Amino acid sequence: MKTRVGNGGVIPAGRRRFLKGCLGTAGAAVAGATVSERAAARETYQRPAEALGLLYDATLCIGCKACVAACKRANDNPPEFSTTDKLWDTPLDTSGYTFNIIKTYRSGTMATKDDEENGYAFMKTSCMHCADPSCVSACPVTAMTKDATTGIVAYDPEACVGCRYCVVACPFGIPKYQYDSPTGKIGKCELCRHRYKDGHYSACAEVCPTGATLYGRTSDLLVEAKRRLALTPGSVTTYPRGNLSGGPQQSYEGKVGNYKQHVYGETEYGGTQVLKLSAVDFAKVGMPYLPPKSSASTSETIQHTLYGGLLMPFAVLGALTYVAKRNVHHEDDEAPPAEPPGREES
Amino acid sequence: MSAQQHAQPAPVGGSLFNATTLVCGILMAITATIIIVRLFFGLSSTTNVNDGYSWGIWVVVDVFIGSALACGGFCMALLVYVFNKGKYHPLVRPALLGSLFGYTFAGAAITFDLGRWWNFWHIFWPGYFNVNSVMFEVAACITLYIIVMWIEFSPVFLEKLGLRDARRKLEKSLFFFIALGCVLPMMHQASLGTMLVVMGGQVHPLWQTPIQPLIYLLSAIMLGYGVILFESCVAASAYRRQIEVSLLNPMAKVMLGIIVLFLVVRFTDVAVRGALPEAFRASHIALTFWAENLCLVATFLLIGTVEARRNPARLFLAGITVMLSGILLRLNGFLIAFDTGPGWSYFPSVPELLVTIGIFAAEVFGYIYITRRFPVLPREETYAQPAHS
Ligand code: SF4
Ligand code: SF4
Ligand code: SF4
Repeated sequence: MKTRVGNGGVIPAGRRRFLKGCLGTAGAAVAGATVSERAAARETYQRPAEALGLLYDATLCIGCKACVAACKRANDNPPEFSTTDKLWDTPLDTSGYTFNIIKTYRSGTMATKDDEENGYAFMKTSCMHCADPSCVSACPVTAMTKDATTGIVAYDPEACVGCRYCVVACPFGIPKYQYDSPTGKIGKCELCRHRYKDGHYSACAEVCPTGATLYGRTSDLLVEAKRRLALTPGSVTTYPRGNLSGGPQQSYEGKVGNYKQHVYGETEYGGTQVLKLSAVDFAKVGMPYLPPKSSASTSETIQHTLYGGLLMPFAVLGALTYVAKRNVHHEDDEAPPAEPPGREES
Repeated sequence: MSAQQHAQPAPVGGSLFNATTLVCGILMAITATIIIVRLFFGLSSTTNVNDGYSWGIWVVVDVFIGSALACGGFCMALLVYVFNKGKYHPLVRPALLGSLFGYTFAGAAITFDLGRWWNFWHIFWPGYFNVNSVMFEVAACITLYIIVMWIEFSPVFLEKLGLRDARRKLEKSLFFFIALGCVLPMMHQASLGTMLVVMGGQVHPLWQTPIQPLIYLLSAIMLGYGVILFESCVAASAYRRQIEVSLLNPMAKVMLGIIVLFLVVRFTDVAVRGALPEAFRASHIALTFWAENLCLVATFLLIGTVEARRNPARLFLAGITVMLSGILLRLNGFLIAFDTGPGWSYFPSVPELLVTIGIFAAEVFGYIYITRRFPVLPREETYAQPAHS
């Protein structure tokens, strides 16, 4: 960014000095962000080695919603109604009271499962536990945190001020706020971290009858996901259920789906700890395209370049203080008119 | 120019009870009522904000736009004290006053938008700081700036109270606060732009760029001068005073310089990132992008020449076009070009609009009260003589 652009040759000296000055102080600070980006750049974070997560395989999902109900129970969340009879818990999307939901993709006659044309498919929506979460970067008061070992992105209502920057920042639209409550909290999946001490793991994976939602170390889940992608569609393989990285295996034999050759979450924004497999294009089932570079790393690079150690602000402040000290007393309203006039001309 | 240039500020005087203040009072009472309802029954009782658009006009208009419109004070301070253009001095106090109210009420507005407002002090408590958060930077900076502005403005009160010694002492250190009062708004106005960066692909490519802090900073400075043009004309007509054309004319020229710079930065960035084709799609997004930037072009058509800048009506209109552009830049980034996926929509509810209007009314009321009772606006006689330029 060069300052040259502002001066078209028609601007008198004083004005030019002003423009230069504006850029010199403030603009340079920002322009510096681009120049020194490489030096100060904060890399996209990767998952911790022992990161925990889920593998959701849409081709195995039967849409029974046992995981939705189990999630409600595990998190003490009330039912939400979208039908007039109010008989069943029927949330239409995740909310401040619903942290996990199964959505349906529909096309045409909806004849066959996992067909993009005239078919239908399921997709699970819940927190992805990003390696480099936007919500954690955004939160001003450290109410969103990422555990250094498990990588679980946790929420602390006691710290939260309810600014909802996490809500607008998350690329998956996951943190949701309880707008109907005067003491509303943010609601989102925390991988059932409150149940670990009792020997439990994520409730959704615990109850899933087909293993479509599988719990475990993300590294193990990634190996399993790649194994499935390498198989021939239609062939038979063994599918584990429950917890992939511990406890007894309750596996069963099933047919291999016609997977898209992509493990969603492997590289998106540096990777997520929840991984997904699908036979329908990920964009069509509501999973956004995300580059391998996280937006949190871009945002924090700017932030650190401009304000890291407060060097830049103090430098600018120092310069401005020096100049202001020279100029301010000339403008003292109460100064007697004996002061030589004419300083304004410059 | 002569030594007379330094017009002594004086209270305008006159009654505080008139049609304007009465209307302001009613609007403020309505606002207070709505805020109480909101605090007792949650955000959905009064607003249309939802998880797709969790920030409505209370954040985007009252805080992001409100604070930008309140940049007049720092822009004048920059001009007068840093670039030593003493002739602009009479514009400083009124501009600072506008900023003072703009920011103070923006600060108040954000508090009742906070979902867990009783925890607001966490933002200032080191144990909770997240220095990586742009929101943290903005919040801390704005709060500090509000305090600094009250200090900067306090000579006016001390003057009124006749505390000459206290005032003299304060003024010895005022240069430091003035410098601080320039750095802080530059920091958080730039950061308002950075706030968009973490939102990634949810913000349309025409507004999603790492150069956003520079764009917002330049826009805030432009806005600052635009608001001074606007305010000076409004104050002059409301109080039936002469418009300070001799000052506004050269100041407007400074503003034009910054507009040129802004447009070059804005379009270079869009072109370099390859987002330019987006501006030529047949969509409301492209339309609003052009509206934002054509407002600035319109400013040039209005006051591009010295002659044109002698015309108060043109100065007034130019103030409005610049303000519009800045308002659109912020509306676009945070609401119009912000897309969180299908199924979400937002339009402010009536109570939401009333609160925003009420906050504006409070600012107008405060401005009237202070200018009528305290020495802010320059004493009239000085400007009774023919203007020169
Ligand atoms: S999915 Fe959203 S809420 Fe979950 S960790 Fe990522 S950014 Fe945070
Ligand atoms: S709403 Fe709470 S958790 Fe979310 S960013 Fe604000 S303070 Fe952090
Ligand atoms: S419990 Fe398993 S099979 Fe049932 S809806 Fe949830 S993920 Fe699908």
